[in-house]
Amino acid sequence: MNTPATSTVSKSPAPLPSAGLPDAWRVEVFRLSSSHDPESAHVLDSARELGIGGLSSVRTGRGFLLPSALERTQVDAAVRELLSDPVLDASHIYTPNTAPSAPPTAATRVLVARKRGVMDPVANTVQRALHASGLVPSANAPGFFVTTFRIFEITGAADKRPPRDTLALLAQKSLANETIEDVLIDDERLVFAQPPPSKPHGVVHVALRDADEAQLARISKEGSLSLSVAEMRAIQAHYSRSDREPTLCELETIAQTWSEHCKHKTFTGIVDFDGDLIDNLLKQTIKRATLELDKPWCVSVFHDNAGIIAFDQGMDVCFKVETHNHPSAIDPYGGAGTGVGGVVRDILGVGLGARPIANTDAFFVGPLDMKREDVPKGCMHPRRILRGVVAGVRDYGNRMGIPTVSGGVWSHPGYIGNPLVYAGTVGLMPHWAADKSVRSGDLIVVAGGRTGRDGIHGATFSSVELHEESEIVSSAAVQIGDAIAEKRVLDALLQARDKRLYRAITDCGAGGLSSAVGEMAEGHGAEVELDKVPLKYPGLSPEEIWISEAQERMVMAVPPEHLEACLRVFAAEDVEAVVIGRFNSTGRLVLKHGGVRMGDLDLKFLHGGTPRPLRKATWKPAPRPDPAVPATSDHRATLLTLLGLPDIQSKEWIVRQYDHEVQGMSVQKPLVGERMDAPGDAAVLQPLTSSRKGIAIGCGASARYGELDPGAMAEAVIDEALRNVIAVGGDLDHTAILDNFSWGSCDVPERLGALVLAARGCARAAIAYGTPFISGKDSLNNEYRLGERTIAIPPTLLISALSVVPDVARTVSMDLKSVGSRLYLVGATKPEFGGSHWFGQLGLEGGAVPRPDLDSAPRLMRALHKAIASGNVLACHDLSEGGLAVAAAEMAFGGGLGLDLRLADVPFASLPARAESVSKSDDPDGTRLYSESCSRFLCEVAEGSAAAFERELRLFPSAHVGEVTDRSKLRVSGTSGAILFDVDIDELRRAHAGNFRG
Amino acid sequence: MLPTPPTAIVLRTAGINCDAETVRALELAGARVDVVHLHALMHEQARLDDAVLVVIPGGFSYGDDVAAGRVFGLELRHGLAENLCKFVDRGGHVLGVCNGFQILVESGLFEREIGENKIPPRTIALTNNASNRFECRWVSMRAEPSACAWLADAQVALSNTMAVPVAHGEGRFVAQDASVLERLRAKGQVALRYVAADGSSARGYPENPNGSVDDIAGICDPSGRVLGLMPHPERNVTPWNHPHWQRLQARSGEMRSEGEGLAFYRRLVQAAAGVTVPSIPVPFPARSS
Repeated sequence: MNTPATSTVSKSPAPLPSAGLPDAWRVEVFRLSSSHDPESAHVLDSARELGIGGLSSVRTGRGFLLPSALERTQVDAAVRELLSDPVLDASHIYTPNTAPSAPPTAATRVLVARKRGVMDPVANTVQRALHASGLVPSANAPGFFVTTFRIFEITGAADKRPPRDTLALLAQKSLANETIEDVLIDDERLVFAQPPPSKPHGVVHVALRDADEAQLARISKEGSLSLSVAEMRAIQAHYSRSDREPTLCELETIAQTWSEHCKHKTFTGIVDFDGDLIDNLLKQTIKRATLELDKPWCVSVFHDNAGIIAFDQGMDVCFKVETHNHPSAIDPYGGAGTGVGGVVRDILGVGLGARPIANTDAFFVGPLDMKREDVPKGCMHPRRILRGVVAGVRDYGNRMGIPTVSGGVWSHPGYIGNPLVYAGTVGLMPHWAADKSVRSGDLIVVAGGRTGRDGIHGATFSSVELHEESEIVSSAAVQIGDAIAEKRVLDALLQARDKRLYRAITDCGAGGLSSAVGEMAEGHGAEVELDKVPLKYPGLSPEEIWISEAQERMVMAVPPEHLEACLRVFAAEDVEAVVIGRFNSTGRLVLKHGGVRMGDLDLKFLHGGTPRPLRKATWKPAPRPDPAVPATSDHRATLLTLLGLPDIQSKEWIVRQYDHEVQGMSVQKPLVGERMDAPGDAAVLQPLTSSRKGIAIGCGASARYGELDPGAMAEAVIDEALRNVIAVGGDLDHTAILDNFSWGSCDVPERLGALVLAARGCARAAIAYGTPFISGKDSLNNEYRLGERTIAIPPTLLISALSVVPDVARTVSMDLKSVGSRLYLVGATKPEFGGSHWFGQLGLEGGAVPRPDLDSAPRLMRALHKAIASGNVLACHDLSEGGLAVAAAEMAFGGGLGLDLRLADVPFASLPARAESVSKSDDPDGTRLYSESCSRFLCEVAEGSAAAFERELRLFPSAHVGEVTDRSKLRVSGTSGAILFDVDIDELRRAHAGNFRG
Repeated sequence: MLPTPPTAIVLRTAGINCDAETVRALELAGARVDVVHLHALMHEQARLDDAVLVVIPGGFSYGDDVAAGRVFGLELRHGLAENLCKFVDRGGHVLGVCNGFQILVESGLFEREIGENKIPPRTIALTNNASNRFECRWVSMRAEPSACAWLADAQVALSNTMAVPVAHGEGRFVAQDASVLERLRAKGQVALRYVAADGSSARGYPENPNGSVDDIAGICDPSGRVLGLMPHPERNVTPWNHPHWQRLQARSGEMRSEGEGLAFYRRLVQAAAGVTVPSIPVPFPARSS
């Protein structure tokens, strides 16, 4: 089958049955040598994992369809210069309406192509390159387009063609995502067409005036508006006062603006918590903490796209973390990618825009070792989801040149149908760029990608529960990102910012232009001409243009006198930027299309007219018996098991796929130690070469504490996020935190009660540690409906921390560094096993969830920071999941050194009587090894620094518990003094490497 | 100090994303840096006259769609090749790092003899890593005796190996056949190889991170003035970039003054400027107050 590197043109001697074959030049490109087709081995591997046998080999190829109007010489040149590699590839060109040559008899061709209208960045690049290089000068003409597809030639065992249903299964579970892609098995009828236009319809009015509740509910549901009856009533009343019906455009605008995703109605609503009336939970808890702390270095909190804090030399840093859960459940790769793209745009759109310098990610998925047959209908296997979201974050972040430096993976059965995908971005910006303001008369300029039907109703979609058909019905809600389009916007935007060519900016996120323009126009007014918006393909209705969530777009307010200069900057970076309207001071948002008025909204009603329903919340701690803890006989085996758990095991397979070094700022990498395979507590960057100040980025979360005790969970995960940044050298007094709640539906009073407790826990802890919240987000409908059953995720709170490191040269990593130095354990260990991995392993439920002592923990962290900043600590690691045993093991194999650890010297404290459930343990060694008590650190201290270190920590539980040795073993002696185990660090390393590596 | 700072052009376009650290390394190495968009340089090719060095940084130019560096390489061939060849012929230096290396391979510049007008058909390629994955990791590389004299020279000052990060998905160096590889060796074009940390030959993955034939990490053209490599020396410039800086300091008891990659850029700038100058003191800030 090897063909010479030169391309062949099929002669198509007899007219083949061309019915349904694409009227386009077809180019297919294959590798000449299978050794340069690593993807084929990958396909066979995934078939094996799916239990699909009977395949002997796979050959993968790439295909392109080019307009039939091209000359053959043009196609030849395009293939020679652009589409194939002269050293590696064999290419085939087929004339329009002909079928490609048949594969070898034992092989079947499977083609995977994007559905019509689904974004295809490669096709866009090919089209641009054909035009720019002059190979096809007409490639930028309207109506010219290119499509791409992937080819799999799959050979069955014993030279038989593989069964069709086998291929269908492989395609469905591995090769393609049928939400966005079509699969053709042994069928060459690829589609070469753009999406059909919407039927033109003038102004459409929606008859609300006389509708009763049932009709209002139906209108909301059928229009995918996700508006409650109370909200529909409010709209009805508003338009009755104006004596008219709302237009479709207006109703869509209101639905987008009032969506839970954009408005956070639960967090800002009124809650009746067991008789206690809470007016605006967010204001009463999280925002209150920030207000009360009133840190002078807080520059901009809560009101903009991200929180901003002061850094150094006139520069600020900003941070935002977002969820992208529902799109990722349907299309893990695309969902996670657009999640990254979206949060990066938040950073581009905060103040006057910041330069993204780091990304973070956190994934919550079902059990990775789940049996295939146990995966519910309509769900993907957790492994496929995790691989997909990792690849999505990788491809978007790497392409944009933003290092992904911090994150985590948590696994729990509650996430099977509704995985959680968090993406965060840190930005760097001059202090003067922290503010923005729109002025009447400013032009509305949209810049970046073109608008298509991508992600229609994304904002309302993310506010409903997923169900079995989600995979099918929601394809319109999936947006596909194009990282380079966003990189172009970034490059142009920062130049325009520094020339001060615009006065305000925001990103097009959920709700698209309707949210972006609507938000910027608040307090002013705006008139938008929807037909000015550049489209990917013709035929979008005005409503589609207005609410499309097509990616990579920003909206600016440009003073007319700067318009020309501004457009020039964007043009030089090859970014389309056009004026679509003007801000005014009418207080109204007027939408026009082709001169026709499609909508005329009262901005006061749009932003302030949401009814605030009273919601019931309650909380009764579930009566859980205090489990008696059996004595563990084999601590060595327990430790090895813990090290291999999904939450604890090495994330190296993920981290290595992320470019965590780009921009050259890294001081501490995600993986540290002798072999760079040990988990660092937090990443440290040096954002300015001219300053030795750094930033540390860490996070905390638990999938298991929240069900038992949401209040304790909030305090514990804040403690964890702070431990991480303190351990590497961050300054607690210059640390900001972010909250991201993912919850099930809060229509259930118990669940809303849990949210209230968690939010209150957040406020308590933030005030105690002196670490203000600067930004946050909530995603409150994380449920999966399976037949009659609804499965909600465990209440999940991700806390991200951003801390200033006073001197990067004092950064400390967690790997042991020097034989003969001492190991100190700082912080008291308590019998806290609720939600611990140890209990998980023992199959025990209940127990006390770890909870920091909010009085002493902040002081302890400050004292430890002082010890680190003065250079008295060689290595520092926080104790978290898996407790002391796991932390000690990680430090030892990280350093490639041995460690002797004495449990008898571990500072121990019993629980105060307040605990609802106190775990009694008959296993003093297990208690010390696996308790997940908060506010604890292991510190390696050189003999010569020991006195100074002890002095600095004298007011806190802290003890010399071990020595660093050259034995390459972790040797642990129990409370009785007897050796519990003595295990080689290579064995620890192997256990930690885990059994799932992507 | 250099009498007048030599000018280095950093050439970028959509998707190039290592320009910031490349500019930093070049400036620390004593160059004056002119960051230019590819399309701007095509329209204003005289800007090459003022420069002694053109650097194409890493990134994902045009998304690396179709193949890494393919579209940028196409644009170079069609819009800039003639003047870029003249630039090299009159003594100019060109460096491509990571995506820049992929772009230069696509451009065909490595296979052109000085003075030739035509770029010969391509016989080398950079393709998907053998692991079929993008990977970011630190590796060791060694300069080989090659036509790139300054690099071999720099090695003296750098002991035997240099720690550098790689971060790529398509860095596997491939030659069309054995004779091509033989020709590259014979002409002194194999400039850099992946090695083990102790300087001995790489023992497969991950010391050779991508499956490159003959452990090739970088090559030069026959003149030695066009150099490309997959690893990123510009990401090992500050005293704190090295993954083991704390361990190295704990062992030696001394603070590091700079990253090993800075010497690479210093020698490059000096070679391009054509003057021998003492090394430039590194302006890393004293401890902040």
